[in-house]
Amino acid sequence: MSGSKQALADWTAGEQAIVYQSCTACGGRQYFRRSICCMCGAPDPVEKRASGEGTIYATSLVCRAATPETRAHVPYNIVLVDTIEGFRMMAHGDNNLAIGDKVTARFAPFAGRIVPYFEKVK
Amino acid sequence: MSFITGVGLTAFGRLEGSSSLDLMSRAATLAIADAGLMRAEIDGILCGYSTVAPHIMLATVFAEHFGIRPTYAHAVQVGGATGLAMTMLAHHLVEAGIVRHVLVVSGENRLTGQSRDASILALAQVGHPAYEVPLGPTIPAYYGLVASRYMHEYGVTEADLAEFAVLMRAHAMTHPGAQFHDPISVADVMESKPVALPLKLLDCCPVSDGGAAFVVSREPTSETGVRVLGCAQAHTHQHVTTAPALSELGAEIAIARAKQAAGVAISDVRYAAVYDSFTITLAMLLEDLGLAGRGEAAARVRSGHFSRDGEMPLNTHGGLLSYGHCGVGGAMAHLVETHLQMTGRAENRQVRDASIALLHGDGGVLSSHVSMFLERTR
Repeated sequence: MSGSKQALADWTAGEQAIVYQSCTACGGRQYFRRSICCMCGAPDPVEKRASGEGTIYATSLVCRAATPETRAHVPYNIVLVDTIEGFRMMAHGDNNLAIGDKVTARFAPFAGRIVPYFEKVK
Repeated sequence: MSFITGVGLTAFGRLEGSSSLDLMSRAATLAIADAGLMRAEIDGILCGYSTVAPHIMLATVFAEHFGIRPTYAHAVQVGGATGLAMTMLAHHLVEAGIVRHVLVVSGENRLTGQSRDASILALAQVGHPAYEVPLGPTIPAYYGLVASRYMHEYGVTEADLAEFAVLMRAHAMTHPGAQFHDPISVADVMESKPVALPLKLLDCCPVSDGGAAFVVSREPTSETGVRVLGCAQAHTHQHVTTAPALSELGAEIAIARAKQAAGVAISDVRYAAVYDSFTITLAMLLEDLGLAGRGEAAARVRSGHFSRDGEMPLNTHGGLLSYGHCGVGGAMAHLVETHLQMTGRAENRQVRDASIALLHGDGGVLSSHVSMFLERTR
């Protein structure tokens, strides 16, 4: 644990960015921020900004939400995207997205914060 | 060796005025009586959790409430797989000679103890707090994602999934304790309100109040013994974002290990009790376990294969989808029903032959799996 690395801000911290980690030892990529590489256990994976390009892996259109803040947005499409950088992430997307669609990210307001939002590459 | 010597199950549904401890006590009393034991003979307690009344020491809270001073007690938390995970642990504790009679118990007033929104919100927290939960997914959405992918890869349709809801309802109609007794059709499922597409309301299990318990012992306490033949677990991920490919999910790993531990094949199985939080869960697990070919489970429902009189009777009490889902106790009802079937006490639901049963539980988003084989001994 070095603790010296400066974390890149991403959408989870209100910044319009998607950040992932890349392991300097094994080259593995991971999305959830950790102090170790979950593939080989090496410390201090390097943080990188993702391009926002990817392919839809799965979708689910939420029509029944559980809080007043999220209910204001229904229906909203939850998607899993396989990014070109090689990690998978959850995000929002256009309601008509289908599995296999090539997509690109922008950011959209949702329940008082910003979230990654994917739409089809034109 | 270990034996399931007694079972207890409350009705599921809206049970006004019952606390989680009340429901646990009711189920425990039934299970201990069913095993023919005195309360003082219980020397181990394993319990699940209650989202309505969370506690860091629920097993001792329950033991005090119920009036037992066990030599071994703690709670277990593996989401929907908790019931079978506790049974597996009880089996090993008994085999290791640490305790003689383990009470496995859970109960929760999940329906009347909190609002449905609060319940949905509490469960959505199985998602990643930073990378998933802020996106507003619900448990149905996590499974909706899996469903969309499964349908895409294996050509399964929404009408196929609806078959599982219809089957579970048909079974629940024959059990007085089930939450739902009105018949439903595939069209009813297809027309039910969208929740997290492709899943609709009738593709989802309800929120229920209820309790379930059983006793796991070193020796049978009655003439017909139900023995734990073998069991195994697999844990591949917690969050759906990091789930492996559909072909590498934990059910296949757990069942392979359990078959080895039990020394049986799927062709030996006569009764199946499979976790069914959503129609997609049941469809996928049946196929992962080898109880149907890939993409073929719905056709087997249509042909009656999984019906009471079919070749592989499945969740004859109605499962989570229609008997109900009170949390940990929900999937424990599958084991209670299996025990009744194996001991010939399932009344109007009795199947011809339940000599060997396969049980499977899933926690999280297909994250944690427990497979178990039970055998009737005489």
